[in-house]
This record gives sequence, structure tokens and C-alpha cells, in this order.
Amino acid sequence: MSALLEVDQLVKQYTLPRQRLLGRPPLVAALQGVSFALQAGRSLGVVGESGSGKSTLARLVMALEPPSAGAVRFDGQDLQSLAPAALRRARADFQMVFQDPFGSLDPRQSVGRIVAEPLTARAGRPGSSSRAEQQARVGEMLDAVGLRAADASKYPHEFSGGQRQRIAIARALVTAPKLIVADEPVSALDVSVQAQVLNLMQDLQDSLGVTYLFISHDLAVVDRVCDEVLVLYQGRIVEQGSPETLFQAAAHPYTRTLMDAVPRAQPGVRRQPLVPVVPVDAPSGCAYAPRCPLRQAQCLVEPPRLRTLDRSSGQTHQAACHLAEQVQAGWTPA
Amino acid sequence: MSCPPLLALDDLRVTLATPRGPVQALHGVSFEIDRGQTLGLIGESGCGKSLTALALMGLLPEGARVTGSLRLNGCELLGQPEADWCRLRGNRLAMVFQEPMTALNPLHPIGAQIAEPLRLHQGLGAHAARAQALRLLQRVQLPQAASRLDAYPHQLSGGQRQRVVIAIALACGPDLLIADEPTTALDVTIQREVLDLINELVAEDGMGLLLISHDLGVMAETVQRMLVMYAGTVVESGPTDALFARLAHPYTRGLFAARPRLGWRAEAPGDGQRGQRGRRGRRGHRLPTIPGRVPELAELPSGCGFADRCALAIDDCRRTAPPALEIAPGHAARCIRLVEAGGAA
Repeated sequence: MSALLEVDQLVKQYTLPRQRLLGRPPLVAALQGVSFALQAGRSLGVVGESGSGKSTLARLVMALEPPSAGAVRFDGQDLQSLAPAALRRARADFQMVFQDPFGSLDPRQSVGRIVAEPLTARAGRPGSSSRAEQQARVGEMLDAVGLRAADASKYPHEFSGGQRQRIAIARALVTAPKLIVADEPVSALDVSVQAQVLNLMQDLQDSLGVTYLFISHDLAVVDRVCDEVLVLYQGRIVEQGSPETLFQAAAHPYTRTLMDAVPRAQPGVRRQPLVPVVPVDAPSGCAYAPRCPLRQAQCLVEPPRLRTLDRSSGQTHQAACHLAEQVQAGWTPA
Repeated sequence: MSCPPLLALDDLRVTLATPRGPVQALHGVSFEIDRGQTLGLIGESGCGKSLTALALMGLLPEGARVTGSLRLNGCELLGQPEADWCRLRGNRLAMVFQEPMTALNPLHPIGAQIAEPLRLHQGLGAHAARAQALRLLQRVQLPQAASRLDAYPHQLSGGQRQRVVIAIALACGPDLLIADEPTTALDVTIQREVLDLINELVAEDGMGLLLISHDLGVMAETVQRMLVMYAGTVVESGPTDALFARLAHPYTRGLFAARPRLGWRAEAPGDGQRGQRGRRGRRGHRLPTIPGRVPELAELPSGCGFADRCALAIDDCRRTAPPALEIAPGHAARCIRLVEAGGAA
């Protein structure tokens, strides 16, 4: 079975403002060769700190920006090779849900118009639907996300944050897309509402078979909803695997650090303060070496490759660390 | 008689002026913080936690009416003239805000922003204030502090900016530090560093800390006592460890259960194996949710504010506001169905 979404050696560089009048402007590499494949009907979580390239990845997958190198293939088609009109048609198959439900909905449009917009973008073209059909479809979608069809005539300000995120999800679903890219869909929501939206996203996956690329900084949320997890650090995948293996036997020190930093609501458990790591300069070595408490001489000179860890369970668990086996065995700095 | 607590709130009620008329937003909040003590205030948006902080700082919006009592070192603050508030703010009372980018002025170097309260409240000269600003930056562990004094906020990362905001708050050695969601805008790794720093500084200076957060995990690791707020009322309060050991109020329980946790498979035996999981396995473990939503302040039910979302609510819950019932020494909850909720002894 071929994958719904294939990302192949994706690189994205941004040009920074010129620092001197003459001379080249500096580049910053937001993504440095990211590859993965996502099967239809599954969820892939992307975690990492701010600046790790999560949102850049989302924008490239959505074909909102061209990659500097590499390719995004959706249903076997390279999105960059499509003509603008063909790309616009293809967009019906991949939609996005944004982080901030207050900023992503136009306050002057009714909910009905907001949700119908992806449909009206195709108006007048073959395969477009009539107004009545659109309205029926909008009502159906509002119903699917737990709102009432009558809400179509209301405006975004009449809804709470969780309800607005439901509207945003309804808008993403209205064209019956195969893939939804969700960039931090619940991080602006309260805990109890967050749980409602996460459950809704899972239900929609079960009933509609939609595929998610789920971007979040919250490891616990990703652990909850995803079948597979990528950990990004400075534009590279440092670890990849199912949430079970990845969160129970993390093989990269960065993943460990992220997990340790998550506050656990356990009474009477106080964390040990962090042991500060003396930063070093390692331009040719592992990108994480400057922050890594476990770094060795090798890490400063030789960049680690993403390699499959030999595990009998037969799952693909990959990590980019020279010391992955020791990290998994629970090695800590002396 | 022993000396008065550092901060004492007694039956604080706040009524806000809205276009639809006055709306009561705080329904009698009472608590005390002593020197060296840390208190956490937890709740969802709209429950009144930030409003409580603003009331403590004398920064309530125009037209708000406050009743009750708010004492700092035994002196009543409510009703004092604005000039007296100005002498306290940034001096005896200091606040760390959620978003460090908007809390800092983008047009002034950070050194000058830290020096501002020192010059204002302590009358330091430009040189002395600058030297003190440098010491503060070193204290909040900003790397290369000396060369950063003249840096502008945009040249710093989010975590570094929050350190600067903390340095400003600490400048005059306040009695009480109010931190309103200080780490919500930060990455988890940075969040941990900032919380460790706040804890360390509070312990060193012996000031009181009021930490406001929506994150139960942050609370569990940072504060000694906590208050759970819902719809302008403190519904549960107690020592952090005791409260987590026995979640009493149905709202606290719902909040706790709805939180996704890392390693939840280990807690749900039989679901830990891959392969048997798939769609169905996950489905069996939906996140428990609290039905409904936080009520509008103007539409609060007459009795318990949580009754409309509570599975255990009975008619009595809707009749009168439940009193605070003590479960264990220092641990109280406002619920008349504690036995049914499983929170009673």
C-alpha cells in the first residue's frame, strides 16, 4: 500500500535580513532533510520546541510555501509539479486546522459562510455544488462536530473557544479531505474543552477515516491521539516511532529531556533541579550535542544518522544518536 | 496576638460593569499567604483567577466595584487612594505576566526597564540603578548579563524575556510576587527552568508567591497550597499533596481526569500492547470530559455554579450556594455531595 503522504528529504531555508551591505544575506535552515510517510487513516504526531521546524513542515505539506529542496507527495503526486489550477483543485483533499480559534475565523462572516468557504472556492467549476447542496453539507458538518445546523447563521463571537475550534474543524472537513494538518489545534483551549476536541478528532477519524498530521508541543496530547510520533530538533528528525515505544523507551536524550520537563500531577513528587550543561561549539557534530548531558567526544565531530534500533518487537523505532542504546537502557550522566 | 499574615483576603467580591449591566465576577474569595509561602490558584479561563490577581494589584477595570477586605501586612488596601497603590505596585507587590513580549516595552533596552522601578521607588541614581539591574540580571541567570543590559526585548528568546520580566518584578524586593501563568507561553524545557528559578528566588528572599496557572502539573510541582476556582468561587482548597491525594470536589476531579497524561497506557493495564491497540483500543480510552462549558458570569445558576455540569447534582445543589466543608485539616471543598463524589473521608 502506498502512503497517502510522502515527504522526501524536505529542506526549507529562509533568508535573513542582510547584515552587511555587501556580502550574502545569512540563511537559516528551518528544515534540514526531513523524510517520512503517512498511511491513510492514521495519525502522525510532530513534537518539538518552538523553532524546531514543526510549523514550517505544516506549511510545506499544505503547499503554502515551496520547499528549498526535496518533495511533498500527496497520493503519489508531487505538489510542486502541479499547475496552480490543479493545485487549487487538489487542495480540497488536504485541509488545515490552526491553533488560535479566535484568529482563524473571520469575525464578520457567519458560521455558515465560514464553513462553506472551501466549497465556494470551487464554485463555477465542474463538480461544484449548488447553494442548496452546500447548505446541506454545512449543516451535516456542523452536526458531525457537535454543533447544531441552526448555528450556521450565527457569528464566531457568539461561540466559546472550544466551539470555535469545532467550527474550524467543520470547515476543514467540509470538502471531505483525506488529510487534515492540525497545527497545535488544542493548545489555546482549556483542559476540559481540550479533552472534548481531542475526543471529537478521534471520533471523526473513526467515522470518516481521515488522516491527521498533528503538530503539537504537548507530548501527552500526541501520545493520546497519534499512531506514530516524530521528534524534531532544529529541523531534523531526532527520533521516530510509535508512542508506546517512543515514550516508554526513548532513545534520544532530547526526547528524554522533553519528557522529563512535562510536569506530572503527582502529589509529593518534587523534581530534582536541572543539571546545567556547559554549552560547547560543535559545528560539525550532532546538532543536539551543545545541550546534551551525555555527549561524548564522538558527538562533537560526527553527526549521527537516523538509524533503526534493533528491537525484537518488529516496530520501526528510529533515533539519531550515537548512544541510543545506552540512553534506552536508562544511562544518566555520572 | 501574633503578627498579621503577609496577605489576607477576606470575602473579596468584585462586580464588573458590563454593557449588559453589573455582573458579579468574584463571589467572596478568602485566603491568606504568609512570608515564604507559595499558593497556587488554578482554574479554567473565565473562572476569575486573573481577576483576583488584578484586584490584588489594584488594577481592576474601570467601573469595577470591590467589597470585602484585602490586607497587606495588616493594612487595608481596598479604598486607598490611587497614589498609595502606585507606591505599592512594583515595590511591595510585583507581578509576572503571561506573555513576556507584551509585558516588556519593545522600544527600551532591558537594563533601563529593570532600572525603572528602582529609580521610581528607591530613588536610585542612574548609575546605581544600572549596577543593580546588572546584579538582578545575574540573579535571574541571564547568560552574559553585562553585555545584555543594552539589548532590546526582540533580541532575546522567550525564556530570556521571561527572566527579564522576573528581574523587573524582583527589583525592589517585593513582599508578594504574583505570577499569572508565567510559563504558558514557553516551551516545556524552558518552563521547567523558569519555575525552578521562581521557586529558588522565593525561597531565598522569603517572599510570598501567588502562582496562577491552568496546569495541574505545574501546581503539583511548584506550590505548597492550592485553591481551585470555578465561576468566581473557590470550590476546593488545601495543601497541594493532600489535595492531589484526595480530589474532593467533582470539578477538581473532572479537571484532573480530562488532562492527557504521558504514560497513560501504563495506568490502563491491558492496553499497553501494540497491535491490540489500533482504533478500537484507543476508543476504549477516550479522555473523560466535563460536559458543557463554563457558564457566563451573567448567567450563573443561583446555587452551586458547577451544578449544571455535574453528574452528581441534586435539587439542593441548585437551591443555595454550598458552604465550604472541611475534609481534613486545612482541606476544604464547597460541595454537598462529597460522600457521593467519593471525596469525603
